[in-house]
Amino acid sequence: MKALVMALLLLLPAPGLAADPVYIADVPLEDPVAEARAKALMAELRCLTCQNQAILDSNAPQAQTMRVEVRERISAGEDPEEVRAWFVERYGDWVSFVPPARTDTALLWAAPFLFLLLGGVLLARRIRR
Amino acid sequence: MKRLFWLLPLLGFAALLALMAGNLGKPTEAVIVSHMIGKPVPDFAFEGTAGAQGLSRVDLAAGGPPVLVNVFASWCLPCAVEAPQLQALADNGAIVHGIAVRDTAANVAGFLGKHGNPFTRIGMDVQGRMMLALGASGVPETYVIDGKGIIRFQHLGEIRADHVPILLAELEKAK
Repeated sequence: MKALVMALLLLLPAPGLAADPVYIADVPLEDPVAEARAKALMAELRCLTCQNQAILDSNAPQAQTMRVEVRERISAGEDPEEVRAWFVERYGDWVSFVPPARTDTALLWAAPFLFLLLGGVLLARRIRR
Repeated sequence: MKRLFWLLPLLGFAALLALMAGNLGKPTEAVIVSHMIGKPVPDFAFEGTAGAQGLSRVDLAAGGPPVLVNVFASWCLPCAVEAPQLQALADNGAIVHGIAVRDTAANVAGFLGKHGNPFTRIGMDVQGRMMLALGASGVPETYVIDGKGIIRFQHLGEIRADHVPILLAELEKAK
């Protein structure tokens, strides 16, 4: 009887084991220079499922997939900017935390200098008075 | 008048504060539309599962009728919600292929047994790489892919009953 109960118990599915999604390992690149380049880029790529977090410090499965993609491309000799472009091609500028330097973003990049100039002019007028 | 002029920066600052306070607590869930629409499906080949044949780029670009490619997973709740709608699409003559993301054969079989199997082919994307290839930002997503393997339409999130005619129309448009 005991043996029969044990055998029946074995037939039950193990819920904890069966329900786990498959994760891929987060293995750093062997070359420390390449790993540093990959990590620098990961800090500037946006996680898609946990928005406003970089893929570098996100636990989301898709962020992990993105890290694998970054590492593979970097270790294959791709330039970090090429890898960034690959992601931007798929998800738009939004995926990168660094705004692109283009004519339509010129004001954004020039704004700090414009404000500095404005402050300087105001200060100069004040002193001269 | 001059005194009022000096109040301007303060007013500007107050306006900025009001804008920021107004946006506090507002969720900023941007919808990330794939930029791959109009482009060919990247190269891929996945093994099949649950008795279905696998899926590859070659199958999608073989010149057949446009198909729906549904990115799903057994661990994804909205995927279970949209299962009847996928079945309705299949019943209306749509060819529906599935890409199971970050999943196991046993779990996919269990999911299909529970929620029905509308899929003609199923590709097992164990690493979830196809999501990046398609520009997908979550699960589920459904793509209309024409006979030449060009991505024509993307549906984000689960398919609800009112989305079925839209997807059927997009399939017709992709012919």
